[in-house]
Amino acid sequence: MATLLEVVDLQTQFLTRGGVVRAVDGVSWDVAEGETVALVGESGCGKSVTALSIMQLVAAPAGRIVGGRILFKGRDLLTLDDEAMRRVRGREIGMIFQEPMTSLNPVLTIGRQLTEGLEIHLGMTPTAARARATELLAMVGIPDPARRLPQYPHQFSGGMRQRMMIAMALSCQPSLVLADEPTTALDVTIQAQILELMRDLSRRLGVAMLIITHNLGVVARYADRVNVMYAGKIIERGTARELYANPRHPYTLGLLRSVPRLDEPRRARLDPIEGQPPDLTRLPSGCAFRVRCAFRVERCATEVPPLRPIGAPGHVSACWEAERLTRVKEPVA
Amino acid sequence: MSDVLLEVRNLVKHFAVGGGLFGGRPGLVRAVDDVSFTLRRGETLGLVGESGCGKTTTGRCVLQLERPTSGHVVFEGRELTELDPAGLRDVRRRMQVIFQDPYSSLNPRMTVGEIVGEPLAVHGLVKGAGARRDRVRDLLRHVGLLPQHAGRYPHQLSGGQRQRVGIARALAMEPALIICDEPVSALDVSIQAQIINLLEDLQSEFGLTYLFIAHDLAVVRHISDRIAVMYLGKIVELADRKALYDDPLHPYTRALLSAVPIPDPEAEARREHIVLRGEVPSPLDPPPGCVFHPRCPIAVDRCRHVVPDLREVKPGHWAACLLA
Repeated sequence: MATLLEVVDLQTQFLTRGGVVRAVDGVSWDVAEGETVALVGESGCGKSVTALSIMQLVAAPAGRIVGGRILFKGRDLLTLDDEAMRRVRGREIGMIFQEPMTSLNPVLTIGRQLTEGLEIHLGMTPTAARARATELLAMVGIPDPARRLPQYPHQFSGGMRQRMMIAMALSCQPSLVLADEPTTALDVTIQAQILELMRDLSRRLGVAMLIITHNLGVVARYADRVNVMYAGKIIERGTARELYANPRHPYTLGLLRSVPRLDEPRRARLDPIEGQPPDLTRLPSGCAFRVRCAFRVERCATEVPPLRPIGAPGHVSACWEAERLTRVKEPVA
Repeated sequence: MSDVLLEVRNLVKHFAVGGGLFGGRPGLVRAVDDVSFTLRRGETLGLVGESGCGKTTTGRCVLQLERPTSGHVVFEGRELTELDPAGLRDVRRRMQVIFQDPYSSLNPRMTVGEIVGEPLAVHGLVKGAGARRDRVRDLLRHVGLLPQHAGRYPHQLSGGQRQRVGIARALAMEPALIICDEPVSALDVSIQAQIINLLEDLQSEFGLTYLFIAHDLAVVRHISDRIAVMYLGKIVELADRKALYDDPLHPYTRALLSAVPIPDPEAEARREHIVLRGEVPSPLDPPPGCVFHPRCPIAVDRCRHVVPDLREVKPGHWAACLLA
């Protein structure tokens, strides 16, 4: 399938009192039309800043995009002026945020928040926009949508608000939706509902999705391809099946081994990744993960490992010792 | 029986809402609605459920941070609901709490040494500044921190290190019971396993008993000996770990287990998924009959009128379902 979004060597930095933070440090990845791609990593790895960079919503002046290209349908978004970028946001690329309560306007009705985009981006009349808003709420499974339009976000439950965010993100029929931790604030039974809904809609409407999450389980069920980030860099990428069955970076392997799994016998002891998450103002030389890595060798301290192909087509890993890794099954308790 | 450390019997906690300055319809939130369980010395009881199910309020009622509306909390043979503040202070030494958010549960103006040392001074457990300093160093070592961490402030630590400080503070009192309220859910995945292993090590070293409150069913299975599942203020199922996970009897437990995503695309593709309809009803106005019936995939007509008791369906395996 054709490439829809291609991020090339993106670099986003923040100026802090502690020094320059390279939140996104030379990251390249792409999304094909209709594809669901995941960006996985822990807090501070740069996954959210990557999404904000695509939308050019990084808070200036502290944060700025200092390099790279963001090619969307062949156009570099970084060369667009404010007006042109405004037409991309919401119209061509939709966005779903983690916390629907803080990302919806509390003093505007649900209806108005939906119709605003339709009127501005698609030039609909207020009447047509209202009709469309009703359809959108019905599409995301909100019962009795006409009665819901005049209500305010606080009258919606968390799950309903997230459905409303999905309706907003899809309202102008974008070709790509960025979903930043779309289910993290939700309970597990509601999370399942929202993820099913997102998958059904993306398939039905042919929308490509970028799901940003720390939850390896969420990604396993819904992503075609997965990018794993650590300390501002992508350290492994592959199809979901390949990456989970055959992780080729010690960090990915460590993440998979550290979580208890309901479908496997209980282990006597969990197998954590030792050490602390990286401090982006004081990264070690060479590979940022080496201080926590069980597979480290001398070379890791001096040379930053590049992403290179390993194993199946499309599987890449940024580890000098990638060949040495095999998925070790834990002893049964 | 002497090996019972904590017994909670018919615990009820209602909160009045509405009325007052901003008006609103007065109502009663039935946060905890007739909950009973016992905790034996040295065991870990997991309390799971989704937000608003009453699991945290149950924990707070055990600690008497909330005074129960009715019911009994018997800890080491003493009825806590009748104790005055002085008596409670004494008892609280023996039961400590670890909170979810290591950012807001530590005083930002105190050093780690002061945070861990303060309860020692308040309760007069260790006399003299020098002896307290030694004890603090000892406690820090037990939770995997270094002596030099005593001089740091919480903001200079990572989330995982802060949670270790919270654990050291709880340990300082040499408690019998620790109530762990979502102790790992605010932490990064790679750190969660460190903290869980630490809690298990400390349990065997000091003979601790845990009430482990969490929403993550995989974590709860790992750490708990027995598990109670809560829904809308009630325990709907209570069983040994193995029985609960291998053979869940309540349809809510089954749905919860099936909703947990598994980090393996192959396994996910093979699994059957029960996606529950609708959302948790308001505890202001719980449904009649079985509180779960509006979302239950197997509900029958009776479920709408008859409140199911928590009954022992199999030895040691309790479920509140008419069809179990």
